[in-house]
Amino acid sequence: MSAVLFFIAAIGVIAGAVGVVVLRNPFYSVLALVAHLISLAVLFLLLRAEFVAAVQVVVYAGAVMVLYVFVVAYVGGESDSIGERLRESGPVGSGLRLGGAIVGGALLVELLIALLGTGLEATSGYGAGYVAGPRTFGTPAYIGKLLLTRFLITFELASFLLLIAAVGGVVLARRRGGIGEDEPEVFVPLDVPRPRGTGTMAEGVGAGNGRAPRTDHTQASTVHTGAGQPS
Amino acid sequence: MSISWYLAVSAIVFSLGALGVMTRRNPLVVLLCLELMLNGGNLALIAFSRMWGNGDGQILAIVVMTVAACEVCIGLGMIVAIYRRNLPIDVDELRELQG
Repeated sequence: MSAVLFFIAAIGVIAGAVGVVVLRNPFYSVLALVAHLISLAVLFLLLRAEFVAAVQVVVYAGAVMVLYVFVVAYVGGESDSIGERLRESGPVGSGLRLGGAIVGGALLVELLIALLGTGLEATSGYGAGYVAGPRTFGTPAYIGKLLLTRFLITFELASFLLLIAAVGGVVLARRRGGIGEDEPEVFVPLDVPRPRGTGTMAEGVGAGNGRAPRTDHTQASTVHTGAGQPS
Repeated sequence: MSISWYLAVSAIVFSLGALGVMTRRNPLVVLLCLELMLNGGNLALIAFSRMWGNGDGQILAIVVMTVAACEVCIGLGMIVAIYRRNLPIDVDELRELQG
């Protein structure tokens, strides 16, 4: 039973990975990666990593991929498949791509030699002993205890890294050049004045460019939002 | 299934991701292929964790997922910034740091 499940999941994992690499439309690549991640979660379950499998499905396939889908829908853009690039990009481009394929194949052979020809005899076994139970290997209680005792510093560093990445993402993706000196200040619902272009969602969808923002303000703020638009 | 089957799958996934990073030109797809490489590493980590019956590999896999989420956040922010400046979304065209 577990062998059948392994082969189904492994075929899903590899097919999803191939789909990410060869599909032409980036949107389909993202969907192939979602299929790949869900199949990979099945492999994690077979390896008794229940908590990691749940995190993989909920956080990775759920949240991160939604972010990808939004950015692909925003940026769009046709990508082109490997075969088309090989045909149209001339000798240098096709040589580079052929070199990439050769390096990828060599990497695969090298990894397989290293992993399957290893001297570790335990890799041909079925893993260490496993006793089912509420606090055994791989359960949330086990992972949580490890994270808050032995790996506490790692845990805190990871959370700090996430904070830095969130701040960096906001700084990178905000609207550029929007804070000009001649632009009038707008009033947010709390009646706090702030310059234009400081990252509201209305400005993100273009309502701040040339048109008056659609806001639900009362008379005190609509005086300011409509003023000085040169359109 | 023995552990080496899982290791073989992880090697295949890692190599496919490396192939995609080297051959695709859309930075979105390059980021997706980076995710593939990280997932291959994760699968190997969890397989070795099962092999030794030790949870450290699973903790490391969770940390790798955190780093991948940070990388997605920064990478997608950069792609949106590139798009807003009307630069081509193509890693062959984006060759200069000062564009």
